[in-house]
Amino acid sequence: MAEKKWLPRWFYQLASPRWCYQICGKLLPWFTVAMLLLLVGGTAWSLAFAPADYQQGNSFRIIYLHVPSAILAQSCYMLMAVAGAIGLIWKMKIADLVAKSCAPIGASMAILALLTGAIWGKPTWGSWWVWDARLTSMLVLFFLYLGVMALNSAIESESTAAQATAVLALVGLVNIPIIKYSVEWWNTLHQPATFKLTEKPAMPAEMWVPLLVMVIAFYCFFAVVLMMRLRNEILRRERRSGWVKELLLSN
Amino acid sequence: MSDLYTNSGPVAGQLHIGRLFVATLRRDLMLSLRRKSELVNPLIFFLMVITLFPLGVSPESGFLSQLAPGVLWVAALLATLLSMDALFRSDFEDGSLEQLLLSPQPLYVVVLAKVLAHWSLTGLALTLVAPLIAVMLFLPAQGMPGLLLSLLLGTPTLSLFGAIGAALTVGLRKGGVLISLLVLPLYIPVLIFGSAAVQAAVTGLPVAGHLALLGALLAFGLVLAPLAIGAALRISVSG
Amino acid sequence: MSFDSFSEFLAMGGHGLYVWLSYALGLVLIVYNLLAPRRERKRLLAEQTRRLLREGNRQ
Repeated sequence: MAEKKWLPRWFYQLASPRWCYQICGKLLPWFTVAMLLLLVGGTAWSLAFAPADYQQGNSFRIIYLHVPSAILAQSCYMLMAVAGAIGLIWKMKIADLVAKSCAPIGASMAILALLTGAIWGKPTWGSWWVWDARLTSMLVLFFLYLGVMALNSAIESESTAAQATAVLALVGLVNIPIIKYSVEWWNTLHQPATFKLTEKPAMPAEMWVPLLVMVIAFYCFFAVVLMMRLRNEILRRERRSGWVKELLLSN
Repeated sequence: MSDLYTNSGPVAGQLHIGRLFVATLRRDLMLSLRRKSELVNPLIFFLMVITLFPLGVSPESGFLSQLAPGVLWVAALLATLLSMDALFRSDFEDGSLEQLLLSPQPLYVVVLAKVLAHWSLTGLALTLVAPLIAVMLFLPAQGMPGLLLSLLLGTPTLSLFGAIGAALTVGLRKGGVLISLLVLPLYIPVLIFGSAAVQAAVTGLPVAGHLALLGALLAFGLVLAPLAIGAALRISVSG
Repeated sequence: MSFDSFSEFLAMGGHGLYVWLSYALGLVLIVYNLLAPRRERKRLLAEQTRRLLREGNRQ
């Protein structure tokens, strides 16, 4: 294995389900505490202390949910595709499990971004749904998640399902920028110069700092849910192994 | 290019890359031409979907001519999608797909030939029928070149992306609905640029930009899609 | 504080419905995402322990 030395040691350790299960278990409480503090603090800040927007009034406060969930939905797809690629290339089981655990979290974040965007649209544009470029791309991203999840549940063999899903996720990842630009271009063609939800020339600090807090809180939330799901998947996959039996019997 | 394959490894039975392409193309075309019903089904579907719009929306000519670019493209897209499931299905069922994967021939070329054969019997046929149907939707005459060219450049991309979905689901008994779920989001850019090209042609605007974008998508698909199709086929067949 | 009274805070300058609806949906989705794997873990542990005991008894 001399030719593979350029990869750090923890990369190989991660491949051990037991090690990964334990490290996730150790990290979980820290991330849970961070998530709770940041979520509660960020929500209070964004709801009560951040100033209202001079144009949109208090409906602007929806940004503190809409933007973090949209960012998370996108980066979750990225992680899913990268983990899938690692699983395909290095045949690493843990990467497959990470990819599988990502899909439902990302899909629910896409739903949240879509719903909050739609609710925001009502006071801003006067209707519950507008074919805005960002909302439409988010809808497509949601469809991509649905496709990945449908394919994963349709294939019975777990390893085949993981590989097929990884290929689909990679194809989706390559296509996301193309879809995004085509949708943006289509939008400018049909609705020239509409009022954009989140594009502000310059946001004052008292507005973007709570937004940043919420984004970090959402990432902590993502880490917590991902680790919980990953631990479940490891337990399921490794249920016949010795260390899981020990763990079960010690309970 | 050909040296790359013939000289790289002295594997017995390896064909010249061009001959391999032509042989696969001929085989697939011949097999498809024998099954006449599957050949015309997408065309009939195309015609029927188009018929639904005047019935469901309005037969008024001014309205339909406005709707025509989008409707024609959506119907062509759905008709391609419908035919996608059959692309690898029969080869998978009679075992020839597995033989193909085991053979020393470069899979990229074989897959490309298969998709080309499929496209020439669905996408190309749809493109040739489209002007006839465009007349029924009162598409103005100046939109015809735009329609033909955009379909000619866009439908191969649809076939390439659709083949990824077909390859991923070929091992499943109920692949049909799943394919559309997997592939439809990927079709969105082609739909946008395709219908925009027709719209531009109708209003007399230059179509070259739209066609260039469709061509770029096609080039992109030609290079990358066969790799994904090949990987997906290996996964589906071995699983 | 950008609000003078609690009722003003609830009203959100006339946008109360939209803001509170969004935050309620956010809360529901976050709580669901946290509870679903927890429940799944309990189910998994119980199921596998039962299987283990069953197989142990048979030998």
